[in-house]
Amino acid sequence: MIDWLLLFSNAAQEIISPTTAAYALAALGLAIHFGFTGLLNFGQAGFMALGAYGYAIATLTFGLPVWGAVLFGIVASIVFALILGVPTLRLRADYLAIVTIAAAEILRLLFTTNTFEPVTGSANGLQGYKGGFEDLNPIPEGTYGFGPWVYNEYDWWVRIFGWGLVVIAALITWRLMKSPWGRVIKGIREDEDAVRALGKNVYFYKMQSLVIGGVFGSLAGMIFILPRAVVPSNYQTSLTFFIYAILLLGGAATVLGPIVGSVIFWVLLSFFSGFIARAVEAGWLPFMSSVQAGQLRFILVGIAIMVIVIYRPQGILGNKKELAFVK
Amino acid sequence: MSSSAGANGAPVKSTGLHVGEPAPGVKKVDPIIVADGIKRQFGGLTAVDVDHLEIPRGAITALIGPNGAGKTTLFNLLTGFDKPNEGTWTFDGQSISGVPAFRVARKGQVRTFQLTKALGLLTVLDNMKLGAKGQSGESLARAIFPWFWRKEEEAIEARALDLLARFKLDAKKDDYAASLSGGQRKLLEMARALMSEPTLVMLDEPMAGVNPALTQSLLDHILNLKKEGMTVLFVEHDMHMVRHIADWVVVMAEGRVVAEGDPHEVMANPAVIDAYLGSHHDQDLGDPDTGVVTAIKELADDDADESKH
Repeated sequence: MIDWLLLFSNAAQEIISPTTAAYALAALGLAIHFGFTGLLNFGQAGFMALGAYGYAIATLTFGLPVWGAVLFGIVASIVFALILGVPTLRLRADYLAIVTIAAAEILRLLFTTNTFEPVTGSANGLQGYKGGFEDLNPIPEGTYGFGPWVYNEYDWWVRIFGWGLVVIAALITWRLMKSPWGRVIKGIREDEDAVRALGKNVYFYKMQSLVIGGVFGSLAGMIFILPRAVVPSNYQTSLTFFIYAILLLGGAATVLGPIVGSVIFWVLLSFFSGFIARAVEAGWLPFMSSVQAGQLRFILVGIAIMVIVIYRPQGILGNKKELAFVK
Repeated sequence: MSSSAGANGAPVKSTGLHVGEPAPGVKKVDPIIVADGIKRQFGGLTAVDVDHLEIPRGAITALIGPNGAGKTTLFNLLTGFDKPNEGTWTFDGQSISGVPAFRVARKGQVRTFQLTKALGLLTVLDNMKLGAKGQSGESLARAIFPWFWRKEEEAIEARALDLLARFKLDAKKDDYAASLSGGQRKLLEMARALMSEPTLVMLDEPMAGVNPALTQSLLDHILNLKKEGMTVLFVEHDMHMVRHIADWVVVMAEGRVVAEGDPHEVMANPAVIDAYLGSHHDQDLGDPDTGVVTAIKELADDDADESKH
């Protein structure tokens, strides 16, 4: 029989999990790119990889302290944004999409190749970089929590740090989008020539937007690796598409949308994968092996994206008038 | 009829703008734009080839010509939205050749577009506020701290509301621009351009797609710009409008300036008739282009009307 309580408790854990926070932050960066500025960035996985590898390599290879490693990852993502933006931001939006998707793949392959094994760990990735972060943990040893949310001091520290970053990033984004700067950014989304005719340096604004969203992606990459190891196969193009799914689910031109979207996405994903796996075990789905069942949840993600785009293009929190995915 | 102008009858025309006989490239008493040797080629096609052109300051200048004459291309070149193959031009005495569009706009030369570019998913008020120049809150570092720009924002909002009231869009201020009608979008685009306090306003076909009820109000707004000391340069196909409000007319055909002069004289210029009708217009080549013939006939009627009064 299916253990429903365990199923629900596993799903509930996803609400505050660091992975949910990481995806929320990456989606917030993408909201700045896509939802507010209209930049079609399909390389958010690349920004996350830079944050993750930047932090891990700075710690392991260069022996930098935590703040230095964080800074290193941020600088890496800024450089990446500039390299992507300088040649493409003068062109139409579609070109940025092509360049970003390719650049993110190039990064992942560079991290995977054997040539740089001593630094990147190749396909095995990197671990053992968490010491500095653990030392900063103010929480005394022990397990805390209630209900499904019972964790040790490190797990709580990761969650508090991760969600703290998400809240700060959301506040910054909220302030920015209510400011005259945000007005220019949204104007660029609507028609950049009109904004140019009003004396705004559109290219510079787009670059600023690309850098800010990229830095959020990079910080998301750092949160992402705190509860696990750095593995290059985590940064495939599908990661970018999951983040797009989250963004569209929550509402592309909203600040809270990416966060709400991430929570819903992970809770549902955890629930479905748990449910399908147990349903196969219990013999409810006799036509399916347990390996096939593991893939089924991604099919469900694909269907969910289609349903959102067709029936609720503005997302859960979006204003239908302000931003529909399909104009 | 075009002679049924605003409240104070026919608009006052500025005269004495040029030095010497009106001809293509004639010198102006006080030019705001001086362009020399501008050439723009698209592959083998020369879209614009202007030897010399001066736009008079403080007047309303119309740029007319048949379709494909290069009017909009010249507009794009002068505003920095396109780069010519060769040529130099100055605005207010400063060279702006090759200067990017946003810098040109900051110098006080603002333009609108043939296909209206209202920022649809911004509110009408936000569209207006976007037009204001030199906002400190538009810098990323200061944007997060509202106390740096709150005062400025209030002043901009007051100015925006004032302009919206003049353009009778104040009731729509919280609506998305996408919900406006075509004519209202034209008004909004013009009002937004005024937010930047320009010295030269360049309007690309301000009347295209505007219903007749709004035409008069748009005309009055353009005349008001001149009254407030701004220079206006506009591209237009509506001959009534050109004759009614323009102080000076520049005629382009096949990329070149073929005639210049005050609106009444220029319409009678054989080069203009050639440009619109072709040089063989008096020979029977089958069906004439009725639209153009009607336009020219209407102009002749207008002239007859006006000489009667």
